[in-house]
Amino acid sequence: MDNLLINNISRRNRTNARLKYIIIAGAVITVVPIFLIVGNLALKGYRQINMAFFTEPAPDTFQAMMATSSGEVIPGGIANGLIGSLLMVLVASLVSIPLGLMTGVYLYENGTKRYANFIRSLTEILQGVPSIILGIIAYLWIVKNITRGYSALAGSTALTIMMLPLIIRSTEETMKMIPVTIREAAFALGTPYYKMVIKVLIPVSFSGLATGVLLALSRILGETAPLMLTALGSPSVSLDLTNPVSAVPLLIWDFYNDPNMVNLVWSASLFLMVFVLSMNLLSRSIASKHKYI
Amino acid sequence: MSDTHTTEPVLKIEGLSIAYEPGRYAVKDVSATVRRNSITAIMGPSGCGKSTLLRAMNRMHELYPNIETKGDILLDGQSIFSMSVIELRRKVGMVFQRPNPFPNMTIYENVVAGYSLNDIRLKKNQRDEIVENALRNVTLWDEVKEFLFRKGTFLSGGQQQRLCVARAIAFNPEVLLLDEPTSALDPIATSKIEDLLGELKQKYTLVLVTHNMSQAARISDDSMFMYLGELVESGRTETLFTTPKDPRTEAYLTGKFG
Repeated sequence: MDNLLINNISRRNRTNARLKYIIIAGAVITVVPIFLIVGNLALKGYRQINMAFFTEPAPDTFQAMMATSSGEVIPGGIANGLIGSLLMVLVASLVSIPLGLMTGVYLYENGTKRYANFIRSLTEILQGVPSIILGIIAYLWIVKNITRGYSALAGSTALTIMMLPLIIRSTEETMKMIPVTIREAAFALGTPYYKMVIKVLIPVSFSGLATGVLLALSRILGETAPLMLTALGSPSVSLDLTNPVSAVPLLIWDFYNDPNMVNLVWSASLFLMVFVLSMNLLSRSIASKHKYI
Repeated sequence: MSDTHTTEPVLKIEGLSIAYEPGRYAVKDVSATVRRNSITAIMGPSGCGKSTLLRAMNRMHELYPNIETKGDILLDGQSIFSMSVIELRRKVGMVFQRPNPFPNMTIYENVVAGYSLNDIRLKKNQRDEIVENALRNVTLWDEVKEFLFRKGTFLSGGQQQRLCVARAIAFNPEVLLLDEPTSALDPIATSKIEDLLGELKQKYTLVLVTHNMSQAARISDDSMFMYLGELVESGRTETLFTTPKDPRTEAYLTGKFG
């Protein structure tokens, strides 16, 4: 009997150890590609990254060809894409953040009611819509009917629709974690409903809300497909919402299609990757600094 | 306080019935009074409607959807249902079962939260005074005066609960409602809160829900015993505990149910 028990324990210990190594191996397999991606991009792209990379628009084929053939760094940069991306993301944020927060709070407050469930399902469906289709819709609404031509506004519209469900979901999920007693505390002080939302719910859940917004931003920063049908791309820096603009991922696509600019593909990709990664890290640091629940 | 004040009830409950769903009454036709500067304990087994009755006193019960309220509650002779909720809750403050300081606010901000959440602007010296007075009244000042600008949630459970009492009395209410304020606390913190309540009744009228009978016996002046939504018996705590009139009260007090 004693022997049996001991055998059993050593067998369990072996199984434990084996499982532990399998889990560690799994973790390594997951992490390695991230380092490979960043490493590859850095090795191939670092040469192009200089001051001009951020301040000058993309070069034309001829300039790039001249530089490549003489073995120099390609002149110009990604300023047109960078400014275009920031412009469209800014406009999309201005619309989707307040709207998403409000809808999220609404869903949280009306949790089980039928129309809230309906809206929640719609949000989930919206999240699943392929981004190219949002591009086509924005093309139909804005490009065809409002700006009558490709425009930053159309791009922002597509990005807004992409951001909305992400923000709505994260807002609702964050609010759900606030204990009811905190709301009651505010009501017991005579606080009207809307002030309770603005001064208690939102500040208390700030870390979760900010994380949701930043993750949504990092998600749309890399979107390419919907922008091809809406913002189109532009060789120059433009801040006009009714005109075509470029975006960093659009530039990557342009560079890819031009054999003379291959080097820029790596630099622009490196930049986009680092930008999105730092957005993620920023959201983490905000989350831990303002975590109340 | 003048004599007329001490005799006339602060709260007068008249035929109050509350249903969470049509026909399902949590509180049935309750009539009672609450004397000024006293501690009234509401006792009864779980689900007897004592919390609902307490919450009705500052209309917190209205937060539930589809609530149905009949009857009336008078605060100093005026129906609370005719007042604005903000005005009512300034006069009738509330402390909850679990300490619930606002986690995003410092100790200082928590005490004046009633003002800031209602956009009542105060000068800095007024605020400082309110904070110091409220914290002194709950005997928390000496413990926290060094940390006023740290988050309230870093305090111990008992200290947090006293902070919540401070937040409620910072508004200088007439009545303070307490919904089992010590049920989440250890015995030492509980006895501190009980001592505090004894002090506070000099200035305020306290209504306390408890299912700890010995607590009711220790600190309350008047008691109400509720069972299945009805107010079975109410009166001076001493009388109610020693010579209960209703057999149900006696059964509860001697531990036959509850």
